[in-house]
Amino acid sequence: MYKVQKKKPEVDIHSQLKYRFRLNFYDKPPLDDIIIEDFETFALDRLRVLAEIETAFVRNSPWETIKKHTEDQCRKYLELGHTTAKTKDLDRERQKDHISHFVLRLAFCRTEELRRRFVKAETTLFRIRYANEDPQELISFLKSRDFDWVEVSSAEIEQYRDQLDAAGGKGSDTFYKVGLNRDAVVVFPEVIGLHQVKWTRVPDLVEKRKVFLKGGMAYVSSKEQSSIIFQSFQAHLEKALELTAKALPRLDEDTRIVPILDHLSQGFLAGGTSEWNNATSANGDEITADMVDDISRKHFPACMRNLHNALKRDRHMKHFGRLQYGLFLKVLGLSIDEAITFWRRGMSTIQDDKFNKEYKYNIRHSYGLEGKRANYPAKSCQQILMNDQPGSGDSHGCPYRHFSPENLQTALLSMYSSQGLTSADIPEIMQIVKGGHYHVACTRVFEITHAKYGIRKDNGVGDGESVTHPNQYAAKSRELELGATKGAVKKDTDGDVAMS
Amino acid sequence: MSSAEELTPELMLAFYRRLYPFKSIFGWLNHELAPTKLFTHREFAFTLAGDVYLRYNSFKDAEDLKKQVLALNPTRFEIGPVYSARPRDKKTVLAINFKPILRELVFDIDMTDYDSIRTCCSDAGICRRCWNFISVAVRVLDQGIRDQYGYKHLLWVYSGRRGIHLWISDKEAMELTDDERKALVGWMTVIQGGKDVHKKVNVRTGLSPLPPSLQLALETLRTTFSEFVLPDQDPFHSTEGWEALLQLIPHAETVKKLRDDWSDAPYSTSEERWDDFKRIIQKQEKGSRLRKTLEYAAEDIAIQYTYPRLDAEVSKHRNHLLKAPFCVHPKTSRVCVPVDPANIERFDPGRVPTVGQLLGELDKAVADASDKEGQDGGEHRSGEYGFYVPCSYI
Ligand SMILES: [Zn+2]
Repeated sequence: MYKVQKKKPEVDIHSQLKYRFRLNFYDKPPLDDIIIEDFETFALDRLRVLAEIETAFVRNSPWETIKKHTEDQCRKYLELGHTTAKTKDLDRERQKDHISHFVLRLAFCRTEELRRRFVKAETTLFRIRYANEDPQELISFLKSRDFDWVEVSSAEIEQYRDQLDAAGGKGSDTFYKVGLNRDAVVVFPEVIGLHQVKWTRVPDLVEKRKVFLKGGMAYVSSKEQSSIIFQSFQAHLEKALELTAKALPRLDEDTRIVPILDHLSQGFLAGGTSEWNNATSANGDEITADMVDDISRKHFPACMRNLHNALKRDRHMKHFGRLQYGLFLKVLGLSIDEAITFWRRGMSTIQDDKFNKEYKYNIRHSYGLEGKRANYPAKSCQQILMNDQPGSGDSHGCPYRHFSPENLQTALLSMYSSQGLTSADIPEIMQIVKGGHYHVACTRVFEITHAKYGIRKDNGVGDGESVTHPNQYAAKSRELELGATKGAVKKDTDGDVAMS
Repeated sequence: MSSAEELTPELMLAFYRRLYPFKSIFGWLNHELAPTKLFTHREFAFTLAGDVYLRYNSFKDAEDLKKQVLALNPTRFEIGPVYSARPRDKKTVLAINFKPILRELVFDIDMTDYDSIRTCCSDAGICRRCWNFISVAVRVLDQGIRDQYGYKHLLWVYSGRRGIHLWISDKEAMELTDDERKALVGWMTVIQGGKDVHKKVNVRTGLSPLPPSLQLALETLRTTFSEFVLPDQDPFHSTEGWEALLQLIPHAETVKKLRDDWSDAPYSTSEERWDDFKRIIQKQEKGSRLRKTLEYAAEDIAIQYTYPRLDAEVSKHRNHLLKAPFCVHPKTSRVCVPVDPANIERFDPGRVPTVGQLLGELDKAVADASDKEGQDGGEHRSGEYGFYVPCSYI
């Protein structure tokens, strides 16, 4: 149990907080009433972070890169301040963390595949937060839970000193000094009769021979102690998700929640969700119909390049293609008048009469000037990947997903070889596509084609973020070009204008 | 090795009827007298003549098993896991209600994995000399598992031709998940890499001592290396052999020196060549990095030529089937008898009785006995033929 130490200022802060610790094992669901908007936005924010983590794994990024990207994402969407940071509304942050975790549990408990991916991403997030934890806070947190370990007596340490040293891989000094409590150091899970834990608590360490085993007990050095904690977190979450899955049929009756959950789990499958409504204002400049062709060659993701080329080639485009491309252009900065000009020129097989009657209305509609006057957002990668599968005469969709491998390779090389993509890059991209990680493939192409701006592998479209929206792709690309011509751009990484 | 006697169906049937210890097998699998799920939910798989393979059989008790064995007269049968439902009901239960839940932790060591380091036999061949590799494997694993994992109920069984099986029946061992088995096998697996990999022992992180699991075994392995491998197997005598050794020495200058010397000494024995290598090590300054590197390399070489070589896949999955003890090996006719690890050196695979010999002796014994007072020639007599049946559960 938590032992009250000498009174210190921090202890007072602890006691005032509803959430005493920054780290959370998520043992108990949030009991406060949750407003439905928070329910979804909190979850979406967490989802962005988890999707980035998963993407980083798919890209085989080194641990340091994964950690850094995740920290960047957390700063934006899921800030979690240290208890010593007195200026922040810590309870609010921690509540958001708590609620969002539990909402996503509901969304991700439903298939084994989703559970597996969720557990991996969540455990990684926990590991990263754990690594950044303040040592004092970490000790308090660890003491607040029962991890079923006991410290090895010094007599026992003496008895097995050689073996312990060998298991630690280094001389005794480092072996004994690293860790939480500077003095007591080696912990071991307990054995049966004595309320103790077996070697099966640390299978990863056993497999790598990083512990000393005796009679079924693992002696774990403090250096490896985190292994027990992560394994415990993971096992705990796996079990909880299975229980939630069993309880979920009852939840299906709540019609407000189910569509949100569907949306959330789909978002994860498509590599995160993204709305990109602010790109126009961010770039601040309007574009004209004449500029589209040039911009398409320099800044469009493959899906939009493909639509643009199809329009030029066929001088016509079917409904879903016009919808996907038209909304994209709107958000890119094409005004309604320029849009009408653009489409009038593009759809040159159509008579003026017919165009004005049918197509013009649709364009005005999509700009919110007709019908129910809604401001329709452009389609995100998730929507493009999951909805309205293209038929044989269609050009919409995502080339990474909807093209045959041969066609995709040809298309990519013809679209992007002028920007530095070579056939040597193709195998890597095709490998990612084969794994079903289309947005990762698109991100990789962005990196390769923007190398001249200093973009490197794992930079993504900036800050290691991967592509989740065609307009994000185009906006980031234009930003880079702008930065290169004007020198430095004063903009925060989100594409929003920095407020000061 | 004498060529195998012909295994006729009649011979097999007589063996099952008169000699096979069904009650002992039942007791060993079931852990107690009255049948439990450990037996009734256990999979048995039969191999019949003509390679017909019958899976998912299960039985009420020893008598039930015996009846079926006598009816089918299989060439051999295998034991699988305890499932969450009776295997014979597999077709009628939902798939999610039919999962392996318990299983002995099993290991399989096969002589063919030693072909790259043994010189006396190859492929299916085995003799008393190369059996020493199996002996040391048994000693190292038996000691290691008892010490490190604390398991107590270990049954070693000769596989009938050129290998040995280990069955561990401790409750905790039976409950291990596949992931945990994989972790344990990872701990136990030291020799890794196929034909293209020269250095198969990679257990150190940098220039560090061996992990503790190996330190315990090191004494045994070293002794085996110097007292058996070098003088008997003589693995470094041939050019191919000593070139393989040089591949494992991570110091170009030493390798060059030895290669020059050995090219001119085609008749040197492995012991002499090993001494050459050791002399070079001793010439290096004590405590120097180079000396440490070479010393560790020498340790790793001794390990590579002696450490148990496991068939890891057998151990990792609960639903893997393994031939039941006391079955007959179809190629050799020899009975898969349990082996006492304490006397493993005295075990001679060439002297394990064949079915025909056993039945012949039994006939003789029965005849002798009936001359006196007419006893039955039942199962308990199998003890006379040197079978070692661990009685921990019986
Ligand atoms: Zn031999």
